[in-house]
Amino acid sequence: MALEIIESCVNCWACEPLCPSKAIFEAKPHFLIDANKCTECAGDFEDPQCATICPIEGAILNENGIPLNPPGSLTGIPLQKLAA
Amino acid sequence: MQLPVINNPVAEAPSGGCSAGSCGSTDDQMGHLPEHIREKVFNHPCYSEEAHHYFARMHVAVAPACNIQCNYCNRKYDCANESRPGVVSELHHPVQAVKKVLAVAATIPQMTVLGIAGPGDPLANPQRTFETFRMLSEQAPDIKLCVSTNGLSLPDNIDELSKYNIDHVTITINCVDPDVGAQIYPWIFWKNKRIKGREGAAILIERQQKGLEMLVAKGILVKVNSVLIPGVNDKHLAEVSRIVKAKGAFLHNVMPLISEAAHGTYYGLTGQRGPTNEELQALQDECSGDMNMMRHCRQCRADAVGLLGEDRGSEFTMDKIEAMDINYPEAMKMRAEVHAAINEELESKRIAKESKVQLVSIQGLKPKVAKTRPVLMAIATKGGGVINEHFGHAGEFLIYEASSAGVRFIGHRKTTPYCEGGDTCGDGESALDVTLRVLAGCEAVLCSKVGYEPWGPLEAAGIQPNGEHAMEPIEDAIVAVYEEMRVAGKLAMKKVELQKVA
Ligand code: SF4
Ligand code: SF4
Ligand code: SF4
Repeated sequence: MALEIIESCVNCWACEPLCPSKAIFEAKPHFLIDANKCTECAGDFEDPQCATICPIEGAILNENGIPLNPPGSLTGIPLQKLAA
Repeated sequence: MQLPVINNPVAEAPSGGCSAGSCGSTDDQMGHLPEHIREKVFNHPCYSEEAHHYFARMHVAVAPACNIQCNYCNRKYDCANESRPGVVSELHHPVQAVKKVLAVAATIPQMTVLGIAGPGDPLANPQRTFETFRMLSEQAPDIKLCVSTNGLSLPDNIDELSKYNIDHVTITINCVDPDVGAQIYPWIFWKNKRIKGREGAAILIERQQKGLEMLVAKGILVKVNSVLIPGVNDKHLAEVSRIVKAKGAFLHNVMPLISEAAHGTYYGLTGQRGPTNEELQALQDECSGDMNMMRHCRQCRADAVGLLGEDRGSEFTMDKIEAMDINYPEAMKMRAEVHAAINEELESKRIAKESKVQLVSIQGLKPKVAKTRPVLMAIATKGGGVINEHFGHAGEFLIYEASSAGVRFIGHRKTTPYCEGGDTCGDGESALDVTLRVLAGCEAVLCSKVGYEPWGPLEAAGIQPNGEHAMEPIEDAIVAVYEEMRVAGKLAMKKVELQKVA
């Protein structure tokens, strides 16, 4: 049970201070989540904090590799425009 | 009867030197401001039209995170509120940022203002932002600090801000109506949740307004930025302007939306256009009293170094800075000398200009046929160019002269507030006497409210109390009152010595 940050992360630092499990750390080329520490915020918050503040669609995946913030979900940009 | 407002700039075509439209258009921008605000603004390059020719500011990028999303922002780049979209700043840790600031300040003594404006929202990165400010307050006390924010976490940080003596805050306020806000802000991060749409916008608006009020209450200068988005908030910004000025923001700066598909923003990709120059100008005219619109803003980059519009950032990359050896206490002496020389020049220019204004008004009197006599009026204001102070709370009155030639700002007169705060005004007698003396020669005092007690003594002294123009722009209210007096036959060209009290 852990989330994952992938390469579309823009290193904005928003998630790191929010993590109740101190699972997020600065790394090159982008931030990472320590899968052993991540609790998906269970017991601390209703929503996983990193994925709740992350501004980049697709940057954080759940354990099945599915983005918590799929394309268009944060910016409201229509999918066909995103692709173009 | 239409009276011209003399104080307002006579449009002089800017010639050479400065880019058109940015200079010479708001001559007396600061004239109406209460003195304590004018002092603070005097040599701030972003706020004073004059000072931006002499002093420089820089920004450092220490605050990458943001707690909201704006539709004109692509978070792969810098915060679009304060910088050009599509620009990525070199992110600094606070220690590096401080080194950079010291290096620049020692090299460019004109650098007087340090701002943190991104790449995200400085107050969404409170540790990094305040660590930078704390170190700078200690190591470079001659540098002014300022910060820009979307306002969401502003109320939580006011105490911290006032601790470091940060006296300039810019809030980007694009709307005061959540329905408009829902078209600008798709979400905010609030109390551990992502809140979307109208609900999120409503919270953001409430926090911005609360933050503005708290800052004003603390005596911290507040500038408001708005991004003009045609079809979204263009009809709405005049109201935003009115409200923020009434609450005590001292400058309102309307910036055009910059929107291109290449920026990858919601607006860019959905074809939302930016305003034309004419639209921007029309709105600035509409929002202004005209005096506290900032028209020389060039939307500087978040990591820009140098005078507004001039960017010397490439001289100060981190590796070059590491190689520099800076003795800041020494540099501070040199800086103080340069600043003194510049201030002297600014001061002499100001005096020259004041005498010019006098001249203009005297000349303006001559050709008028239907002459009415000039009348002095006192204004109670907290700033913002509107009448927004209670008579009893005013520590200072702005004095204006209305005549057939127009309205002219005369000066400031200080007094002891008739009631020092509090809602009950009991023993204010002696303070009232002081105020009456200070207002001698005035025939009206315009304020947001006048209590029952001072009313009689004011009238007896020939000073008509007037609370009917609360929240109105100062000049408009004066023109209205002057016109009332004319209609009532009080303005015939004769000396009125009969009302004088001994
Ligand atoms: S889901 Fe929660 S615990 Fe896991 S990395 Fe994100 S913030 Fe930390
Ligand atoms: S909030 Fe998202 S983009 Fe920012 S550092 Fe964390 S994962 Fe990366
Ligand atoms: S506040 Fe600034 S960084 Fe945050 S979304 Fe808006 S423009 Fe971007």
